[in-house]
Formats: sequence, structure tokens, C-alpha cells
Amino acid sequence: MVPLHYYLLLSAILFACGVTGFLIKRNIITIFMSIELMLNAVNLSFVAFAARWHVLSGQVFVFFVMVVAAAETAVGLAIIIAVYRTRETLNVDQVNLLKL
Amino acid sequence: MPGAISQWFSAGDYLLALPMILLSIFALGILLIDLMLPPEWKSINAWTAGIGLAFSTAAVIRIHLAYARAGQGVLSYTGFMGSMMVDRFAIYFFYLFLVGAGIAILMSAHYLEIERENHGEFYALILFSVVGMMCMAAGFDIVLIFIGLELMAISTYVLVGFLRSDRRSNEAALKYLLLGAFSSGIFAYGLSLLYGLTGSTNLQLIGEHLATHMRENPHDPIAILALVTTSTGLFFKIAAIPFHQWAPDAYEGAPTSITGFMSVAVKAAGWAMLLRIFLSGLYPMRPIYVPLLVFVAIATMTGANLAALTQNNLKRLLAYSSIAHVGYMLLGLIAGSSTTPSATGIQGILVYLLVYTFMNLGAFAVITSLRRRDVIGDEIDDIAGLITRAPAEAVLMLIFLLSLAGIPPLAGFYGKYFIFLSLIETGHYQLAAVAVLYAVFGLYYYMRIANAMFMRKAVDTRPVTLSPAMATALAITGIATVGIGIFPDLFIRAAGWSLSIAQPLQLTSLFH
Amino acid sequence: MLHLILFSVFAVIAVAGALNLLVQRHPISSALSLIVVMGSLAVEYLLLGAEFVAAIQVIIYAGAIMVLFVFVIMLLNAGVEERTKGSKVALILGFPAMLVGGLLVAWVLLRAPNVGSVNVGAMYGPPKAIGWLLFHDFLLPFEVTSVLVLIAIMGAVVLASPVRSRFSRPQPEPERQALKAAAGTEPAHEETVTARRSS
Repeated sequence: MVPLHYYLLLSAILFACGVTGFLIKRNIITIFMSIELMLNAVNLSFVAFAARWHVLSGQVFVFFVMVVAAAETAVGLAIIIAVYRTRETLNVDQVNLLKL
Repeated sequence: MPGAISQWFSAGDYLLALPMILLSIFALGILLIDLMLPPEWKSINAWTAGIGLAFSTAAVIRIHLAYARAGQGVLSYTGFMGSMMVDRFAIYFFYLFLVGAGIAILMSAHYLEIERENHGEFYALILFSVVGMMCMAAGFDIVLIFIGLELMAISTYVLVGFLRSDRRSNEAALKYLLLGAFSSGIFAYGLSLLYGLTGSTNLQLIGEHLATHMRENPHDPIAILALVTTSTGLFFKIAAIPFHQWAPDAYEGAPTSITGFMSVAVKAAGWAMLLRIFLSGLYPMRPIYVPLLVFVAIATMTGANLAALTQNNLKRLLAYSSIAHVGYMLLGLIAGSSTTPSATGIQGILVYLLVYTFMNLGAFAVITSLRRRDVIGDEIDDIAGLITRAPAEAVLMLIFLLSLAGIPPLAGFYGKYFIFLSLIETGHYQLAAVAVLYAVFGLYYYMRIANAMFMRKAVDTRPVTLSPAMATALAITGIATVGIGIFPDLFIRAAGWSLSIAQPLQLTSLFH
Repeated sequence: MLHLILFSVFAVIAVAGALNLLVQRHPISSALSLIVVMGSLAVEYLLLGAEFVAAIQVIIYAGAIMVLFVFVIMLLNAGVEERTKGSKVALILGFPAMLVGGLLVAWVLLRAPNVGSVNVGAMYGPPKAIGWLLFHDFLLPFEVTSVLVLIAIMGAVVLASPVRSRFSRPQPEPERQALKAAAGTEPAHEETVTARRSS
């Protein structure tokens, strides 16, 4: 017997790690991995809630989130390659032609 | 369990999805035809995309006629096991997306040749992103809304980065992608919490369960967390301050016709999703989200209007102006979900989105036409003295700018008018006063562009040449901007029609 | 009891992996720790009775997506992350923000009324039932997914392929030179763009 709270807590911790990684990392690829971590946390919370309600639609949502993650990764890494080709850097601070 | 598919999916389901199916077929067709086209025939791709949009429009009209024939009795058609709901609200947005995409394609044809990136994928991606938008507008299940959102977003990332050799375009795509994916993550987390609270992915059921849940414990922290994360994701997508950082960068770096497309169709899709979720799923949480909306709306209007003052890049300036317009539209949502809900507010948002589509695309069309082989043409200096180079375009641009500022005889006025009216109806006098103040404020930076066009000397005196497609785009947007301003009745009634079965009315009765 | 032990062990591994992702400065180390997180999450899914999700977690996430990441890291020969001014500011602000945010969310989740618990061995997600849902209740999203994957492939090809070698059929050389001579401005294009940006 494991209370569902624990799963939700784990998911929240992983999500917070993902958000932090997004904010503190400077390598574009690592930033992108942090986003994947966030999506993983989302998946865990969906599966936990699906177990709570005994309704499978949560697990189906996880399937869709995974497809979205795969598609986003494919396009994202292609953009990263394009950026690297024109700038020779992967540091997000040096990609700064457009002023903030 | 087993049985024939036809038991569950009728021809009606496929009719509802027909606009999307047609767009997908034509997009696939473009991809195939593009392989066989010699470089000098690439304009066929634009034609194919246009025909695809026309067929899709015909399908939407077919659904529209079904409503007209059924009369007031039929409230909404749902399809695919309730995951899709093509109600009048969705149909209204379908038209908006199709018009926005059509004008964007007209703007792109010549522009892409100048940029030497005239590939068929560009048009296919525009069509696919419209499919995503339709899923967002018609989605009545968070799964479909989420997938539609991502379909639209991923196509737009690619479109923003389409000019591969241009470093600005790359960078814009990267920033848009990182912040877009980040906001999708937050949005998905919010959806998971909503699912956890209600045990359903259907917006109707989420609304119902949330209503009972909120009655039992009105300050449930999980519900508030779900509201905050979901709305953060939504605000990111419509670029409301403080979640706007991606917009100016993405708008500046993207190919100009795509900037126009993003500022109208993509934004309209974000609004469709936001209205759906706020007015059906999250509606029971009204007392909590209205203060949040007030804060975001005021921050958005203040920040965007101040930032727009100092911009020297036209695309960036219009990006901030479009953020400011989001602020005004949020006010309509506040009025639409106050204690005595006023349908005028929501109607105002719909009218606003319609007129905004034309006037903003028109302004971007003028900027697009300034692009040449050797001139980017998106700084204020590039538009200086436009009156001597291209008088007709300068006058049109003036019309678009005045309309964006909300000067009475033009279309933009009616958008603002309904929003302010709804605020006064619901007793938000301070908000109305602030909004009017900012609207006057906005006039200054629009007039800065006008001043450059009419008063300053041209840096580059060569006359601006228009391709036939661009001339068509300018004519459509110009006529629409003036036409809606002079004959607003038809369009206001169309917006009212699309709300005739507005969700809030159903849910209000349920909530009390 | 066994359930709780398994849960705790893999939860600790997952959190440790996530923290390691943040601490490591080389992207390949971060990628490998992310794989650890994903693997332990797959076990958590099994404990929750979601065998289908556990399987696709390993196959798609840890298998496909992370391989893509590692591949790109190798391709671009990404080195150790540089410490810049921006990264210091981010570090100083980032970790406290994470602590505050994490604690807030944890407090919220722990206060939630009676969410219930799961028994080990209970199967909530047999593949058959999920397949039924995918092709019945969620047929339309499922079909839209196919479009999504198509644009992902197309987008990756469009963006990552080298400039000007792919679709535009190369013109015969003499013709190209004649064009260049006629236009004159053509090679100047890129320079003007950069010059105007830097001014």
C-alpha cells in the first residue's frame, strides 16, 4: 500500500527540478532535457491520477504526451543544429542577436 | 466490445472533421507535387494551398448550413465520442483561421522568392498548423486540445525558423521553441491536476465535477494550483505579460508573412482554447480566476504599451502592440465572467479578433512588401517617406494604424467599443478608465510610424513594387478594415450568432 | 511493505538522477542521468499497475528520444557548459526559487483530502483496454497524432538539411554566373543583412 500522495509528491519534485533546470542551465541541449524532465513529471502525475480514478484516459493522455515529446524533440534538435551551424555555440547566452 | 466501426462513427462525425481532413489531404498533395516541380514553377504550391483552403472553407460552410437548416433547436454537434464539438463558436473561429491563413499565403508567395526559400513545405506547414488550430477551437476534450495545440505550435516553430541561413530566424525559432515547450509542460501539468480533481478529460465533465468540488471546499489548494498552472500555459500561448518574452523575439526573427500569421491566426487559436477552457472547464472557479485576470490584463496593457514606445523595429513594435491588444481582450473575458456575466464581453473578444485579423495582417503586408533582395525593410527608417515611394501603400498603412489605435470610423474601433461597453455594463469603471487611457497612449506609437511615413524623407527612394498576390492581400485587408468600420452590423451579428449557445449560460445554471 | 520499499528506492533514484542532471556540467552526463530518471519512472509505472505506459516509457522515452539527444550531443561535439555571468545569476536565483516552488507544491499536494492509495499487483492499464480507448474514444486525437509525427519529420528535414543544396535544383553553372553578373547585388545580400544588424 502506497498512498497516492507519495506519487504526486515525487511528480512535483521532478517537475520542480525540470523548471529549475530550464532556468539555470546554459547549454541549449540540457535546457531541452529539463523540459523532457518536466513532461516526465506530468506523465507520472497522470498515471497516478488514473490509478486513483480507475479511469484509463489518464494513461492514454500519457501516450499522447510521449508522442508530443518525441515530435518536439525531433524539431527542437533540428533547430539546435541549425543554430549551431550559423553560430558555432550551444550557450544560450551567446544566442542574443535579438535583444530581450 | 467488438462490432462494426459504423456503429460508433457515423457520416456526421466525418462531416465535422471534413475541414481538417481536406486541409491535410491538400497539404500532403503539396508535399508530393513539390518534389516534381522545377524551381521556376514553385508558385503552384501557393495555388494548391489556396485551393485547399477554399475546399476547407466549403466544408465549413456545409456545417454552417446544417446549423442554419436545423434552426435554433440544434445547440451543437459533437463528434468522435464527444472529443470534438463543432458548435457555432468553433465555426466562427474556423472562418478566422482560414481567412488568416489565406492572406498569409498571399503575402508569402513573392516574399519567399526574395528569401530564396520557396519550398512547398512552407505552405504544407501553414495548412497543417490550421488543422491544429481547428482541433484547438473544436476540441472538447483536453487530449484533443493538447494535441491540436502542439500540432499548431510545432508547425509554427518550423515556420519561424524557415529562413535557415538567416541567423535571426534561427534564433527566433530557438527561443520560441524553448519557451513554447516549457509553457506546454506547465500547461500539461495543469491539465494533469485538473484530470486528477475530476477524473475526466472531457471539458463538460471537468466543469461539472469541478463545480461540485468547489462547492464542497471552495479554497482547495490543488484546485488553485491547477488553475494557476493551466492559466500560465494559456497566457504563454496568447503572450500576455508576464509570459510574453518569446513574442517580440519570435515576431522579429520570423519571416514577415509568418509574423503576420502568428499574430492573428495562432493568437486567435490561443484565444479559442483559452475561452473554451475558462468558460467551460474552469468556469466554476470564476471567483478565483477573475482577480488573476485583472492582474494579468493590467500588467499586459501597461508593460506592452510602455515597451512599444521605444521600439525602432517595426515588427517588434507591432509585436508589443499585439501584446497590448491581448490586454484589452482579457478585459472582455473579465466582464464575461464577472458575477453578472455579460455576453457582450465575449462578443467583444470575438469581434476584436475578427477586425484584428484584417488590420494587423494588412500592416504586416505593407512591411512584407518593403523586403527586397538587399534590404530587410523592417526598421522604422525603412518605412520613412513611404508616401513618395508608394502613395497607395502609405495611405493603406495609415488606415491600418488608425484602426489598430481604435479611431472611430474604422474596424478597430468596434473591437474596443464592445470591450469597454461590457466593462461598463458589469460595473468595472476603473478598468474601463485605465483601458481608455492606454488606448490613447497607444495612439502615440502608431503615429510615430505614420509620422515617419508622411513627414520624413525617404532613405531609399526606389519605388516599392507589388506582386499581384500582395496587391490582392492589401486590397482584401484594406477593404475589410474600412468595410467593417462602415457596416459593422453584419459582423457584430455574426459574433453574436456564434455565441448563441455560449457555454457559460449552460454552466451558470449548473453552478448555482 | 514491499511496495513501499520499492517505491521509495526508485523514487530516491529518480530524484537523485534529476538533481544530477542539474549539477552535471557536461551534457552527456546530464543525458545519462535523465535516462536513469526515465528508467526508474518506468518501475514506478509498473508499481502503479500501468504496464503499457511502463513499456512505452522504456521504448519511446529512454529508447528513442534519449538516443536522439545523445546522438545530437555527439554530432555537435558539445563540450562542458561554460560559466557565464548569466549562469551565475541563474544559479543564485534558480535554486532558492526551486526550493520555494517545490515546497509550496508539496504542501499543497499533501494537504489534499483523501486521494487514496494503490495496491501492488493491481492492473489498471492492460494494453487491450488502452488500445480500445485509443481507437474508440480518442480516435480523432490519435489520427491527429499521425499528422503531428509527419510534421515533426518534415520540420526536422527542413531545418537540419544544409542550406541551398536540397530542393532548389542546382542551376547549370554558366547560367548561374550570367545571373550573378546581371544581378550584381546578389552576393552583397548577406553582408548587408549583417552590417545593418550590427549598426
